[in-house]
Amino acid sequence: MVSLNQLVAVCLLYVVGLFTVACLAERAALRGQAGWLLRSPLVYTLSLSIYCTAWTFYGAVGYAARSGLEYVTIYLGPSLVMIGWWWILRRLVRVGRSQRVTSVADLISSRYGKSNALAFVVTIMAVVGVTPYIALQLQSVVLSLSIFAAPDPGLGAVAASGFKSPQAAFWVAVGLVVFTVLFGTRNLNVNERHPGVVIAVAVEAVVKLIALLAVGIFVVWGLGGGVSETLARIDASAIGTWEVRGGRWIALTMLAAAAFLCLPRMFQVMVVENDDERHLQIASWAFPLYLMLMSLFVVPIAVVGLNLLPEGSNPDLFVLSLPLSQGQNGLAMLAFLGGFSSATSMVIVATLALSTMVSNHIVMPIWLAARREGATQSGDVRNVVILSRRLSILMIIALGYVYYRISGGGALAAIGTISFGGVAQFLPAMMGGLFWRGATRTGALYGLLTGFVLWIFTMLLPSFGVGTVLSAATFDSGLFGMNWLRPQALFGITGLDPTVHAVVWSLSLNTLLFVAVSLFTFPSPLERLQGAQFVNVLDQAGSARGWTASVAGSEDLMIMAQRILGPDEARSFFQREAAEQGLSGNLPEPTPKFVQAVERELAGSVGAATAHAMVAQIVGGTSVSVQDLLAVADESAQMLEYSSQLEAKSREISETAAQLRLANEKLTQLSKQKDSFLSQISHELRTPMTSIRSFSEILRDSKGMKTADKSRYASIIHNETIRLTRLLDDLLDLSVLENGQVTLHLRKGRLQGVLDQAIVTALAGAEAPMRVLRDPSSEQMILHSDLDRLGQVFINLVANAQKYCVSDTPALTISAQDGGGTVQIDFVDNGQGIAPQDQAVIFEKFFRIKGVEGDGAGLGLSICQEIMHRLGGDIIYLAQGSGTGFRVSLPATGVSEKPPQTARVALRA
Amino acid sequence: MAQTPVFLERRSYRKRRMMDAVRLLPLLGLALWMVPLMWGVPEAQSADVTRMSSALRYVFGIWVSMVVISWVLWRFTRAPQPDDSPETEHAP
Repeated sequence: MVSLNQLVAVCLLYVVGLFTVACLAERAALRGQAGWLLRSPLVYTLSLSIYCTAWTFYGAVGYAARSGLEYVTIYLGPSLVMIGWWWILRRLVRVGRSQRVTSVADLISSRYGKSNALAFVVTIMAVVGVTPYIALQLQSVVLSLSIFAAPDPGLGAVAASGFKSPQAAFWVAVGLVVFTVLFGTRNLNVNERHPGVVIAVAVEAVVKLIALLAVGIFVVWGLGGGVSETLARIDASAIGTWEVRGGRWIALTMLAAAAFLCLPRMFQVMVVENDDERHLQIASWAFPLYLMLMSLFVVPIAVVGLNLLPEGSNPDLFVLSLPLSQGQNGLAMLAFLGGFSSATSMVIVATLALSTMVSNHIVMPIWLAARREGATQSGDVRNVVILSRRLSILMIIALGYVYYRISGGGALAAIGTISFGGVAQFLPAMMGGLFWRGATRTGALYGLLTGFVLWIFTMLLPSFGVGTVLSAATFDSGLFGMNWLRPQALFGITGLDPTVHAVVWSLSLNTLLFVAVSLFTFPSPLERLQGAQFVNVLDQAGSARGWTASVAGSEDLMIMAQRILGPDEARSFFQREAAEQGLSGNLPEPTPKFVQAVERELAGSVGAATAHAMVAQIVGGTSVSVQDLLAVADESAQMLEYSSQLEAKSREISETAAQLRLANEKLTQLSKQKDSFLSQISHELRTPMTSIRSFSEILRDSKGMKTADKSRYASIIHNETIRLTRLLDDLLDLSVLENGQVTLHLRKGRLQGVLDQAIVTALAGAEAPMRVLRDPSSEQMILHSDLDRLGQVFINLVANAQKYCVSDTPALTISAQDGGGTVQIDFVDNGQGIAPQDQAVIFEKFFRIKGVEGDGAGLGLSICQEIMHRLGGDIIYLAQGSGTGFRVSLPATGVSEKPPQTARVALRA
Repeated sequence: MAQTPVFLERRSYRKRRMMDAVRLLPLLGLALWMVPLMWGVPEAQSADVTRMSSALRYVFGIWVSMVVISWVLWRFTRAPQPDDSPETEHAP
């Protein structure tokens, strides 16, 4: 027989061992080591086994001894949920990760517009709902201790020995508080992850599985005599036939499935501590396997226990008392450690999850509201958060202890079912939030409250026993004597199993109100935004912006973040964000995206609603409007708009590119012209120079030359000099014109006169003067301009026509018209015209059409254009049907605005 | 990139059907585990009561097969391995 002291010593050793493992894991996680283990699917699956508590370890056997196979419903529900991971858990985990959800209350509050009221209600419900469960763990540990203290292991007769249950329960509770505080609240973790706790839970999962399997194997092969013999024994026992009522079978399976999703501790290990979505799929077969192994030997143990142990033994303790009665002390010790593991791991994780909820959703909002200074006030909030968590842990375990004392301890399974019924009330709001965008905050609130009240009335209060909280009269004739308000026969419907009755009524009315109120209320913009993000979580990666951050100072945000995340984390986070924005300093610009990131980061530590409230204090309010919602809903419209902007831009760019290409072509051509001009001008200068040199050499070297020859040669030299002079004059003229230093001699005169003189001058000396067709009546307008320069232009045009017009009967048509303030004079010949590719450059200097003979240097049209610009007019090539045509236009009033008679103007801008 | 279109198509077709199976498996499990609802209970005084041993065999048998089927489906639907091509040879 193991003494109580030995047992306590082993327990303490075990706890110290666990603590060491947890510390090592925390350290490794901090250093980023051992990720293969800490973030492995195996550890994830084992941590899910937090579902199997002392209720499973001890209670399942008792349950089986009392009600046969009904106990498996508690494990079938979760198995179904895990196998169907694709439907719900995948979404839940994705939402948890994308919204940085810290608890089930945080999830629901975040979905319904980050409502703190909702988070508050869910937290209260969770605390009340889980309290019986914690009491159950206390009770099981105390019971298992008591059996070692009792002289006769079979009876568990506590009173006979000196063992005092209340005291033991008290010390166990104190131990659990210390343990949880040490484990879970040593520091404020970003994102509420506790690698140390997770690894400790995984170790405990292995211990309890091995312990239960060992007891099972001992019972089947050691006591039962093999599989077939044990099965025969089972059939022959009191629970040898199938006697589960259909209603309970369905209701308990569903209830277990719902509780599996809603229990705060399950949410903690399944969603918050999840590192990789792929682990979920591995757990989808590994966790049902674990559950199956855990429940495999339950019926054999129960049957053999009923057979071997004396009448009146507590079937909840068969796992312990069977080995003890057979003198298997080591096995009993192992079984005790298994049960101890189940109880402690559940209490630690459950109180951690609950204390996070309490401090984030009850303490922090009240603390923030109480301190009028707001969130920017200096001081480290982290100490407040940690303190509030420690107090919450104390409070939660104290509540469990109180419940244990009041309820006096019933069957373990009954207590567990009550707890399940309480947390299952979250299911409608949770599922509605994940799958239905129409679910509203008000609907969720009404549904939750209805379910909660009904659960308290039909499950929690009756669990204390008739006459404790609810009087016998209430059970018989209803609350306040109203017959339809009987806690186990609501609305007068009797004959239902109490559990089925409570589950069906509370969950169905909860769902009904949730849906009905949601249908008739209108959600706030933030709610709609969050709803869209939750429901469409699988389609989208990003999140919509929610802050108008122009008023938010980065410094204020920095101060606040430091107080929650800690100075180092906050600084590195801000630096990272600044680097992402491309800034060199420590403070990023307060863009909406950045403020959103800050809120997410804070939400990882204090929950979405609190983080939202804190950021709102600094930023001053959300900018979510219906327009934003529409914009989010209609992202495709934004994409279209953006792409059309892009198209317009690319069109602009291609136009610019075309212009540039054109300009480049022109430049290339000009460069070619310059080259050809240089060779032309050299040629032009060289030809007369050559003849001048040759003839002057002849004159110098020839003796006795005839006078006639002398004078002929001299006149050739003279002519060539004149030609050179003319060329140089032209160049000079152009240069002067281009530099804008030209003197205009303005005077009045009739166009006809100017033309007459120009034609005479141009055609003088021509061998075959071309025909000039004119309309004298149109040439009667009076011009006010520099008529000499204008005449020069006309002479050039007529002379060009005379020189270059290729026709059998060359003719030039000159017509003038007064076009609204502008006088236009067209010179059109009947030649071949100018090729289109040359039209752009004929006004350039030194341009000469290839293959055309002529003695000009290609300066005439350039000079004409310069003159016309100086006169305030223009000359353009007329691209009409046939022949070469030029249009000279000049203002009808002349350049009268300019200083009269002699204007010296700098015309080049 | 190097895979031929036919190969790729068959493989993705396989994978999609496997995902369908993953989705439908919980419904199958639910249906099979609700079969005990049809078994008689002692109160009905029917002659053919279900013995506990067969009830145990049935419930745990389904449990084991559910685990095995989910494990097989997980093998097929997890990230594609370069060596698990045989099942793509005989696509429907």
